[in-house]
Amino acid sequence: MEIPILKLKNILLTSIQSDMNDDDALKYQSDVMSTLEKSGAKGLIIDITAMDIMDSFMARVINETARMARLMGARVVLCGMQPMVALTLVEMGRELIGVDTALNLDKGFDKLVKMINEGVD
Amino acid sequence: MIEISETSIDLRNEDDILIARQTARKEMADIGFGSADQTRMATAISELTRNVIKYAGEGVCHIVTGASSSEIHIKVEIEDYGPGIVDVDRAMEDGYTTGGGLGAGLPGAKRLVNDFQIESQPGLTKINLEMSRPNV
Repeated sequence: MEIPILKLKNILLTSIQSDMNDDDALKYQSDVMSTLEKSGAKGLIIDITAMDIMDSFMARVINETARMARLMGARVVLCGMQPMVALTLVEMGRELIGVDTALNLDKGFDKLVKMINEGVD
Repeated sequence: MIEISETSIDLRNEDDILIARQTARKEMADIGFGSADQTRMATAISELTRNVIKYAGEGVCHIVTGASSSEIHIKVEIEDYGPGIVDVDRAMEDGYTTGGGLGAGLPGAKRLVNDFQIESQPGLTKINLEMSRPNV
């Protein structure tokens, strides 16, 4: 299952689905990186609204994707985390530390545009 | 306690991780577990079945649900026939890994369920997860 990567102005928009397997997750990661390079986008939105389970592997992939994108000069916002996913991540002792987050896509988009325009981390 | 469902899922590849956790979530929903508990158990299963695929190659995930007038219950047994976990105590510590991961899998899964039992020897590793809640 391929995760679409949409380009909207200077932002890449991706939405991760819950039932992606480990290979899909790693392919998503490398697809995002190569699209960033080709498009010269300045921002990346990782939307996880549809994810109803995030285990430590997926948390790691998302965290790494965000850090890689930042190394390539893009701002990153993670948005749409479901309450139950937040609950299990914290209970497991895992958090997505160092990634900017927003409640939903709407707020995430605003936040990312602001980060790009202001040029702050 | 009356047994409501019993399912065995063969763990052979990554897609079986998804099947195992989706099955548990559905069986739990059917007997009245809330979505927080479904997510906890499904996440724990995801961690542990991934270990099976990664370290042992294959195994089985056995899911049994039951209910009495006072309680709903799920028991998940995950077993594999791989090399086993050499030092179970250390494997339960946060951050300990032999596989290049974060070392969050086993201790993380343990925190998500009511009861967590593990026994491991070369050729057979068994992990039992249980969760029960009042039947309302």
